[in-house]
Amino acid sequence: MGCVYALVAAGLSLIFGLMELVNFAHGEFLMLAMYVAFFAWSLAGLDPVVGAPVAAAVLGAVGWLTYHGLIRRVLAAPMLAQIFATFGLAVFLRNGAQFAFGVDFLTVQDPWLAGRLSLGGLFLGLPQVGASVVALGAFLALYLFLSRSETGLALTATAQDRQAASLMGIDTQRMFALGWVIGGACVGVAGALLATFFYIYPDVGGPFALLAYVTVALGGFGNVPGTLAAGIVVGLVEALAGLLIPPAFKYSVVFALYLAVVLWRPQGLFGRF
Amino acid sequence: MRRAPAALLLLAVLAFPLVFDRPFPRHVMIMIFLYGALATAWNILAGYCGQISLGHAVYFGIGAYTSTFLVREAALTPWLGMLVGAALAVVVSQAIGYPVFRLRGHYFAIATIGFGEIVQTAVLNWDLVGGARGLFVPIKRPDSLLNLQFHDSKAVYYYLALGLLALALGATRWIERSRRGYYFRAIKEDQDAAASLGVRVAREKHAAMAASAALTALGGTFWAQYVLFIDPESVFPLSLSILICLVAVMGGVGSLWGPLLGAVVLVPLSEGTRVLLGGTGKALDLLIYGALIMAIAVFQPAGLMGLMRQLRGRRAVAPRRQARPESAA
Amino acid sequence: MSAPLLEVRGLTKRFGGVVANRDVSFSVGPGELVGVIGPNGAGKSTLFDLITGFTRPDAGTVRIDGRDATGLRPDQICRLGLGRTFQKLRPFHEMTALENVMIGAFLNTADVAEARAAASAALASVGLGDRIAVQARGLSTGQRKRLELARALATRPRLLLLDEVTGGVDAGAIPGLVALVRDLHARGIGLIVIEHNMRVIMDIAQRIVALQLGEIIADGPPTEITQDRRVIDAYLGEAWRA
Repeated sequence: MGCVYALVAAGLSLIFGLMELVNFAHGEFLMLAMYVAFFAWSLAGLDPVVGAPVAAAVLGAVGWLTYHGLIRRVLAAPMLAQIFATFGLAVFLRNGAQFAFGVDFLTVQDPWLAGRLSLGGLFLGLPQVGASVVALGAFLALYLFLSRSETGLALTATAQDRQAASLMGIDTQRMFALGWVIGGACVGVAGALLATFFYIYPDVGGPFALLAYVTVALGGFGNVPGTLAAGIVVGLVEALAGLLIPPAFKYSVVFALYLAVVLWRPQGLFGRF
Repeated sequence: MRRAPAALLLLAVLAFPLVFDRPFPRHVMIMIFLYGALATAWNILAGYCGQISLGHAVYFGIGAYTSTFLVREAALTPWLGMLVGAALAVVVSQAIGYPVFRLRGHYFAIATIGFGEIVQTAVLNWDLVGGARGLFVPIKRPDSLLNLQFHDSKAVYYYLALGLLALALGATRWIERSRRGYYFRAIKEDQDAAASLGVRVAREKHAAMAASAALTALGGTFWAQYVLFIDPESVFPLSLSILICLVAVMGGVGSLWGPLLGAVVLVPLSEGTRVLLGGTGKALDLLIYGALIMAIAVFQPAGLMGLMRQLRGRRAVAPRRQARPESAA
Repeated sequence: MSAPLLEVRGLTKRFGGVVANRDVSFSVGPGELVGVIGPNGAGKSTLFDLITGFTRPDAGTVRIDGRDATGLRPDQICRLGLGRTFQKLRPFHEMTALENVMIGAFLNTADVAEARAAASAALASVGLGDRIAVQARGLSTGQRKRLELARALATRPRLLLLDEVTGGVDAGAIPGLVALVRDLHARGIGLIVIEHNMRVIMDIAQRIVALQLGEIIADGPPTEITQDRRVIDAYLGEAWRA
């Protein structure tokens, strides 16, 4: 699960690194991705694993739209406006989903990845394992993209120093938009993967968003590889907490972790700030 | 606001229940006053001091639960319960503020959401205060001011809510004109520069938080006595925190009348959609709120007050100054 | 001889792999006007940040009036009588010039009317008397520099740290600013001034401290500094050999 968190958080981290903006609607993006995967399955019979690229594409588009329609206009605005912009989007999406799809819990039936895997006495759900594998793969692809390809490097450069990058001829607007597209795509894949074993409903984005924030904080805002390690840590902490404490307080532990990280080491475990 | 129209408006507000005696219009006005008060309280911390708390419902809930618990277990009049609730809210706010004020901007906002969720979950699982079932305020007859319960008419509630609003506005106005008010605004702009001028930033933030929390808690007690039933879902949820923010932002943060203006616009809207749309209204009105928040963020972060200022054109470069004669240049 | 107003010893600060300040030591007596020069990246602003509590030093001490003030918060340092301006100006944009300066004045009074009066006086003394009601964002760079000065002045400091008084100001406004600094000095306020404009510094400083790569390479009166080989190599160039 940690790998999935990492994927979700990767997009968030990227966006923050690029423009110092926290996307409060990230959880809702995830929720949308899950719905997309669901509809891909129920309308076109596409198993979520296959539906993942579809979700990635859709969410990438959503990311692009969000950037151009909303974010671009508040980049120069006071922080209050920025917080409200993405926060408003979150509220809008969450209730829009409720309005359009109702509050019922939906599930994908008979996905390809089903059943259990037994590893030396430990029972692991196959969907979870499959999700981790794909998530890792996606993460690797992202990492390679960022560090090897020209566009990827341009993106990293823009994140590190916007002015210098633009002086070098990099179109910062495009980079920002690209950041949102990739962020959306990551979440899209993550959402599709989660759809194989999670209930789908409008409020599902909330807890994941919190976990994503913690992961980003832990890994260092803007540091994408760090997010992977952080994601795994968060996943472990959550699982442990779930075992030791009544489930209702699970998120409190995660949140306490967030506070601890942000207060003692604002740069996160691996961050550069 | 000029003298004569302002006085007339005040008179109209005071006379309202005498003219309109149906419960629904009174209820709407009561809600306007309540949300106006809550938003004004939030404004002290967020609008003036610049600390955007997205978990303010915590204090509302604390106020509601404290007074109700004391009414049930100790037969304590809600008036005293209200004070205890406010005191407790202040204590909690300081405890929350201690770690959270070290954070800036977005991180602070996330942390406040988190605390809100934690408290709600805690109360949800705490049987002593009713857990998920909530608490009923024991019905006491006959109607009495001491027990703060009126079953036949909303008139007294109307005036109480109005009083709460007046308290919140008064507190804001007092702060605005004091040294503290100036310090808040400086902290909002640039807390490091303020520190270099001798401003004890942490202390000021805590003060703003305390005032804001106390007022919000008073609102919580009022609510408990008004609806006579509370549960975590109704007094602690994130949606309430959002609503409070929205009302304030819509009207204009950082200004005295902004939050009230926001309430005047939004409350009738929300009551109206609820009546018209019935069951599905819940999601639709929040949907509209979401869109509204985005629109405000993009087009006019200063809210309605900002809009009015723009329309009035080249008025004073620095607006809403009543206490500065030298700006009449 | 009484304790120096400000004394720093062995101040060291590292940022990652870069040593911004290495073992910096010097002292400033009451009413002295000390200039700080050095190439970009020499650690001048970092030094100010260390003295005024914006950053904690990795090693070394800061003493004010003989008492240890290392690691105190900026507001505590201000209360001890040190004021500062910033290289990248930080006015409170949405507030008027008067309100900006009132924030400084409030250190010494809680009364709004008193603060207003003190602020007006401070603004008048820096030549901004006719601009008190203007919003800070509407002021020119030169005016903002004066505003920041007035704001720090309103706290009634005994020692003012000025970071780049003439930076970004056009040539015509410089004499005015210089006269202002001289005036402050004449009032008995101690001053540490970071400056790139050598003409200005030579003119007003009683003593100059030269920094390079985080270390002090010279500390003495202007005439001495201009002869110092290290300073010439690092910063001045031959033209200044007077």
